[in-house]
Amino acid sequence: MSKFQFPKAIFSRPVYTVLERRVGSHHLMVADAEGGGALLDLAKSDSGLMADAHVIYIPKHTGDTYSKPLAAFAPGQFYIGSSYEASVARLRRTLLGAHMGLQVYLAGTEGLMGQVQSEAAQAGISPESIQSEHRGSVARRMQCVHCKGITEDVTVDPFVCGHCGLNLYVRDHYSRRLAAFQGVCVNAEDPGNVPKAKELYT
Amino acid sequence: MSIQFNDETFRDDYTFRNSDWAINRFPFPFHEDHYMYSVNMEQHRGGPEGSVFEKRFDVDEHYVAEMRDRAQVLADDPLRCQSLPHMTLAGWDLLELIMVSKSEDYPDLFELHRDDDKWRWVNKPLGIDDSFTFMDETTLPYGPMEYITRQTQGDFAVLDQRDDNLWMDAGMITTQADWSLDFDIGMNFFEWHAPVPKANEMGIFVRALKFLMSVQQGAPARRLNWTMTVNPLLDTSPENYHKWGIQKTQMTPENVGEKQHLRVELQTFFRLPRSNGLVFPIRCYLISLDDLTSIPKWGRRLHRVIRDLPEELATYKGFIDNRPMIIDYLAKVDNGAETSPGIWPDLHLEPDAKA
Amino acid sequence: MSGVEKIAVRVTNIVPLNALVTRFEFKRSDGLHFPTFSGGAHVVVEMQDGEILRRNPYSLMSDPADQSQYAISVRRDDEGRGGSLFMHRSVSVGDEMLISNPVNLFALDLRARKHLMIAGGIGITPFMAQIKQLSRTNGNWELHYASRNAALASYGSELMAQHPNGVHIYYDDDKQSIALEALLKGQPLGTHLYICGPKGMINWVRDTAKKAGWPHEAIHYEEFLAPQSGKPFEVKLAQSSMVIQVGENQSLLEAIEAAGVDAPYLCRGGACGQCETAVIGYDGKFLHNDHWLTNEEKASGHKIMPCVSRFEGKTLVLDR
Ligand code: HEM
Repeated sequence: MSKFQFPKAIFSRPVYTVLERRVGSHHLMVADAEGGGALLDLAKSDSGLMADAHVIYIPKHTGDTYSKPLAAFAPGQFYIGSSYEASVARLRRTLLGAHMGLQVYLAGTEGLMGQVQSEAAQAGISPESIQSEHRGSVARRMQCVHCKGITEDVTVDPFVCGHCGLNLYVRDHYSRRLAAFQGVCVNAEDPGNVPKAKELYT
Repeated sequence: MSIQFNDETFRDDYTFRNSDWAINRFPFPFHEDHYMYSVNMEQHRGGPEGSVFEKRFDVDEHYVAEMRDRAQVLADDPLRCQSLPHMTLAGWDLLELIMVSKSEDYPDLFELHRDDDKWRWVNKPLGIDDSFTFMDETTLPYGPMEYITRQTQGDFAVLDQRDDNLWMDAGMITTQADWSLDFDIGMNFFEWHAPVPKANEMGIFVRALKFLMSVQQGAPARRLNWTMTVNPLLDTSPENYHKWGIQKTQMTPENVGEKQHLRVELQTFFRLPRSNGLVFPIRCYLISLDDLTSIPKWGRRLHRVIRDLPEELATYKGFIDNRPMIIDYLAKVDNGAETSPGIWPDLHLEPDAKA
Repeated sequence: MSGVEKIAVRVTNIVPLNALVTRFEFKRSDGLHFPTFSGGAHVVVEMQDGEILRRNPYSLMSDPADQSQYAISVRRDDEGRGGSLFMHRSVSVGDEMLISNPVNLFALDLRARKHLMIAGGIGITPFMAQIKQLSRTNGNWELHYASRNAALASYGSELMAQHPNGVHIYYDDDKQSIALEALLKGQPLGTHLYICGPKGMINWVRDTAKKAGWPHEAIHYEEFLAPQSGKPFEVKLAQSSMVIQVGENQSLLEAIEAAGVDAPYLCRGGACGQCETAVIGYDGKFLHNDHWLTNEEKASGHKIMPCVSRFEGKTLVLDR
């Protein structure tokens, strides 16, 4: 499952496009896992672009499937991160030194794209001027509205909050600031009864 | 009349009560026998004497107790009050708006003495007498928005206006109908309204936003919104839903009149002059069905509204499971007689009215 | 009542700045304080010009925190329909006038890490108030101001003296111009760009910024369009069942108001969208002059902005 068609949802839920080259002085690309494929497609469509690009890529389970061909395009700066947490200091440093005219391209999971977008917004880039293309896992990053803990990679509904242990249902309501969907107690009005968990989008 | 403030609670033992005065001035939200979302906005320039619409910021008998409840909510969860860094100027705008309005509208309760930027604020009901420098945060115990909204009934969403939209970039939210400021802060008008059913398709939000963006300095507007709450619980937050949700299941045909409350929000809109922001005070009024049905017209009308409300709205407002019980209760006071147009009690129109 | 709250004012001072621009200072007639405002706000000034009641928008240029007075600066437009001529020729110290409450369609984005301001000619006025606001709150800003020459650069020397590091002035007569591409290139992330001046300048700066990859949310501009004179025409107002005449030097909005029909407005300069009016029928040609309607809407013949747009042809029926 590399490209997924998300069902139509409420307005706060992000929608994704296909990355395309935009005019700009610098190009920052951040991707994880299958998102590497979206960067490759972008690079193929416009080979000149990569020379001006700073690529931050987190392969996760994909090994060198995407990192090798990406490297072959010889991006201006190419960094392979072992995880998002490991890469975020570099990302912040890059944004701190950046100038107006910077274009941001995101690809991969919703969790990664959301977090980079939130960092970029804090650095003064408006979310409307960032492109994002979803690839790979449809897992969601969830905030527990009760304890505020974030649970990564949620793939079932309801799920158990990794922090407070409440059973939460998965809402479509999405906060760009938190880069997370909202999880709300599923059995508050019927404590003994937790519905059986099922895969998201099934 | 100087107000007698109640000593009461909105949690645990729920000693909250409405006096006859409060019942008679309750902002009943239905001007006809059915309800659907609409762009129901009008100017906020006073209203009938004694009504909740009369003053810019209504103060009533619940003031002191509501402020005590707010302080408790904030002590338990400081994230209920947040302001993004660029919103401080709007916070000062709000502090000025409230201090000026309250000291002019309730001179016996509030005083504001200004000598250039040296201000002295006296809040008699809460026993506050503070001197500070306007626009200097270091001279107040809290940021300006938090300082003044700890002393003002109702929630406050403070909006930044930019890119043809409104952004909820600050707020004091402790008496909300089940939405989270911590989650919604930073969202625009369409994003934070995303969970509302139907209204979007009806084009309501596009028109409402257009109206709000052109609200002018000195020309505030208002609207009413409503929902149903079991027990007079002010803090129906999603944060605490795992604690209070169960109360919805504790209603019985015997206690529904006492436990079930109509919750009405008087929402107002003021342009903030220095920041060009907009403030959206959301003032919550609660009334039990027992008290509400003491006004015959209101009892009859509420029965018809609740009975005929589309299922999606009853679900969104969170009372779909209890609706049959509420309707049974209200049916008993609905004798089928006509209701007069408008929201006022119109007691003189009732058949047994004393001439 | 449509439009905005009005404030009765007295003209307390009239200061000619140069051959074209004069400053008008107002105090409230009732002696009370003016409301504060945000930098970039304008007021609509009412002028009883013979038979015609004109309402023109002017940016407030006084200190937004100063509630004792308001000031505007008016450039004389000898070609225009007469609003600025009326201010220059017919208004004297001591006159009583009506102005609107301040309205801001050119507000600062308070999140900006830096405010980069580009002014051309009389476009300096909103920046005067914004600079005072930002100076008070230690804001980070920089102004680039183009004028024909030193004599016509209203407030140029005052600004240079007060803010020697933040103000850069360019004189067309000396062949000086803003090195825009280089200027835009060096701006840190989070900079917002503000432009006020003649149409050509606004378009040039917007296009250059767009080509340099600036997002549209970071580009702000204000251009008040003065209503154009034109051939007189006749309009039917369907809701009011009236037929009215729009004079040569009158805008359609002014003619609607003169007929006693209440029509909403805020900017009267084709920018805010308030006066948007549905067209019920027409036989002729629209002269759209606004920034509000999209090109498709203009082409559709379903809408008109009566504050600045006109009509030539046989019949026009509006939903008013
Ligand atoms: C700018 C000021 C406003 C703010 C801050 C605001 C905020 C909110 C919030 C947070 C919700 C709850 C959404 C949720 O379920 O998470 C809500 C609901 C709603 N809002 Fe607004 N709102 C504003 C103005 C308006 C206006 C002008 C209208 C006009 C029609 C409107 C119509 C509604 C409706 C119909 C609902 C659903 C309420 C219900 O059924 O109980 N809002 N609003």
